[in-house]
Amino acid sequence: MMRIELVKRPQRSALFSMLSPFIAFALTLIAGAIMFAMLGVNPAKALYAYFISPLTEVWQLHELAIKAAPLIMIAVGLSVCFRANIWNIGAEGQFTIGAIAGSLLPVLYPDLQGAYLLPLMLLMGMIGGAAYASVPALLKARFNTNEILTSLMLVYVSQLFLDWVVRGPWRDPMGYNFPQTVQFSSAARLPELLDSGRANLGFIFSIVAAVLVWLMMSRMLKGFEVRVLGSSPRAGRFAGFSIRRMAFFAFMLSGALAGLAGISEVSGAIGRLQPVISPGYGFAAIIVAFLGRLNPLGIIAAGLVLGLTYLGGEAAQSSLGVSDKLARVFQGMLLFFVLGCDTLIHYRIRFVGRKAPAPEMVPAQEGAH
Amino acid sequence: MNLHEGAANLLEVRGLTKIFGSLKACDSIDLGIARGEIHALLGENGAGKSTLVKMLFGSLEPHSGEILWNGQPVRITSPGIAKKLGIGMVFQHFSLFEALTAAENIALSLNDGAPISTIAAKARALSYSYGLPLDPDALVGDLSVGERQRIEIIRCLLQTPDLIILDEPTSVLTPQEADKLFETLERLRSEGKSILYISHRLEEVKRMCDRATVLRHGKVVGHCNPREETASSLARMMVGSEVRAVERPPAEGMDKAESLLEIVNLNRKPATPFSIPLRNINLSVRAGEVVGIAGVAGNGQGEFFEAVSGEVLQQDKASVRIRGRQVGGLDITGRRLLGAAFVPEERLGHGAAPRMKLSENLLLSRHATDGKAFVGTAGMIDGKAIYSAAQRIIEVMDVRKSAPDPEAASLSGGNLQKFIVGRELDRKPSVMVVNQPTWGVDAGAAAHIRQALIELARNGSAVLVISQDLDELFEISDSIAVMHNGELSARIPIAEATYEKIGLLMGGAEPGHAATAHDAEPAEVA
Repeated sequence: MMRIELVKRPQRSALFSMLSPFIAFALTLIAGAIMFAMLGVNPAKALYAYFISPLTEVWQLHELAIKAAPLIMIAVGLSVCFRANIWNIGAEGQFTIGAIAGSLLPVLYPDLQGAYLLPLMLLMGMIGGAAYASVPALLKARFNTNEILTSLMLVYVSQLFLDWVVRGPWRDPMGYNFPQTVQFSSAARLPELLDSGRANLGFIFSIVAAVLVWLMMSRMLKGFEVRVLGSSPRAGRFAGFSIRRMAFFAFMLSGALAGLAGISEVSGAIGRLQPVISPGYGFAAIIVAFLGRLNPLGIIAAGLVLGLTYLGGEAAQSSLGVSDKLARVFQGMLLFFVLGCDTLIHYRIRFVGRKAPAPEMVPAQEGAH
Repeated sequence: MNLHEGAANLLEVRGLTKIFGSLKACDSIDLGIARGEIHALLGENGAGKSTLVKMLFGSLEPHSGEILWNGQPVRITSPGIAKKLGIGMVFQHFSLFEALTAAENIALSLNDGAPISTIAAKARALSYSYGLPLDPDALVGDLSVGERQRIEIIRCLLQTPDLIILDEPTSVLTPQEADKLFETLERLRSEGKSILYISHRLEEVKRMCDRATVLRHGKVVGHCNPREETASSLARMMVGSEVRAVERPPAEGMDKAESLLEIVNLNRKPATPFSIPLRNINLSVRAGEVVGIAGVAGNGQGEFFEAVSGEVLQQDKASVRIRGRQVGGLDITGRRLLGAAFVPEERLGHGAAPRMKLSENLLLSRHATDGKAFVGTAGMIDGKAIYSAAQRIIEVMDVRKSAPDPEAASLSGGNLQKFIVGRELDRKPSVMVVNQPTWGVDAGAAAHIRQALIELARNGSAVLVISQDLDELFEISDSIAVMHNGELSARIPIAEATYEKIGLLMGGAEPGHAATAHDAEPAEVA
């Protein structure tokens, strides 16, 4: 019998650390080609349709920006959580609640027109997302619950709540019983950037968020606090930083950004609330965060790549007649390969036979884990 | 005295080399251990002692060189093979399950399927015959460190080894417990067993060992008869140069000095089933003095440090006072802002974040106290300021490093400790609390750190040093208190303190008894 062991490498290669997202993307393409071949589609044609053709026209680039904006915004917030070793898996729920909270004004007071309306909506979206994210933080601080489970479960609560809202109290009375709210007035819509396509201010928000968070993480004391608590909590406590307060900070920051993404999506690309407002942005953003190496600037690039998988999925569905679930498959493969590459950067694989001697000990690096 | 006794040797090592990356941890080591001798392996931290014995015990494989056992060349590729040959080892850090009994722990390592009751009976018989009484049915979690070490020794002896390797066995024992251990070792020697005794405590090596091999930077620098050497000549061999003696100028006018750190009736419930509760601790440290807290590891020192530093807050706000202020409810940042500084026992992961640069680790403990200097408007870190401050500390403390601003984890333990101590000294704190200031630090650096602590006190600060190293405490303290089982004895002025007195207190004697214990001759301070 063979056993496979992961042995920690004494040194991590800086070069491969940097290359890892690219290698992962290349592996995803190879695996994708194999998958297309097994589906009976010409792999070269399929990959072209999936990854190149959605970038050939200007309006398509606008669509890419629309898809990438929420991914980037959410992932930037999640990167702060993950760096702090806090596992917010519920961005999808914070996105949803942000969208609902931000829609309060245009739905309940459709006649509001002032210039204050949009900023207020965005602010309420952020507050909604942050408030919803504070629930798992509170549960963790008070009862030491596992935030992975609580934040994830709250996603389903939020989705059912949205479903109820648009079918019940907020349903458009003139909408022929469709489960959706009234169309937002133009004052409540995010302005589009250029005449050449639909891309809106949301993309600018996401870039600004990425740059600000990058600044915080690399230059500010708060970012230092996040990194210390995430990498060595005991040293963080010695520094006088509080893990509880950090849980609230990280959850509420990422919740606010997810909420902003939610209300931006609703007031930008969609224009009203409806039962489904996200093709899983909150979950895909987890992949974006890791693909971008938890670095906000890397996340901008990673968000564009993931956005492309959504567009490619739609394009491939129409041009090749394959299922639109392919987008999910590609996203899954991408995450798998990113994590795989990262694991192999930190560890090497050893095949151990039955009679092998005890594993060689790595020279003790005094206390290093 | 040398290696030419050849075949008479039980174990013979020739040209043994082990390389880690670019570091030659062991560089063609020659060593011979005769039957029935206690052989000391001396060397500073990082000299290659641990690497050498790991190769002898089969947990590391040498790159080159040979090992002869009874004159036959052998390859020791695993601890199992080492045990079969007859080599037993007692590690410095015990590998015992606290929730199991002593006998169960022994059974786990023997792995021969014998019933626990048989093993317990054997262990009991053996332990009494060697003067190391042991209750095999006791839960390890309830035992003292010395008793735990007995389990390790008995476990080793049950395998009837011919060679027993002991790695720094007395570092966790009281002087009296250590005496007991020495009797056992002498008995084993008289039975013809060989012992390889690893230590950096020169007095006990002189007292007990027949021969010594001294390592420095991975090389054998000499074989000698420790009985013919002096402690200082052995130290010179280990370090390679004269170690500067620490000077402790007399503290003057201390009776009138202000108490800067006061602990008043400090109590703390155990945080986990195996941690020690603190019971009614009282202590005051005045400006200008160094107070030492002695004690065997695991008697509440860690819990005490957390309570004093403010990493854990106290219900009773008055139980800790810094410069007259009641700070029981103040966190570590608040206490630092009052002028206190702290150095914890663990360096990596507690005193420093391993994967962060030294300059960032400087910020770790000083982001609040030196906020103006290091953190600008809107919370922006001033990279240049922390870099130059880190360089200043590196220079003052003579921190040896491979890059201008390396990650903390890349430094050796001693150099990182110099940086961590220097980081606090650089602030000129009025209260300094240090847990194990020189644990694992080489002699030269240790002297440097000790001298710096004394100077800090003489310049008007209150310094509290928690240490397991009695030599160190006798060297730097103006008075010593002893922590045992979560209680702290009264302070004993250094002029009245003897090793025996302190040792009795470390073993748990009533504070009152210690004063009446007959005076032993004051032990020599190395």
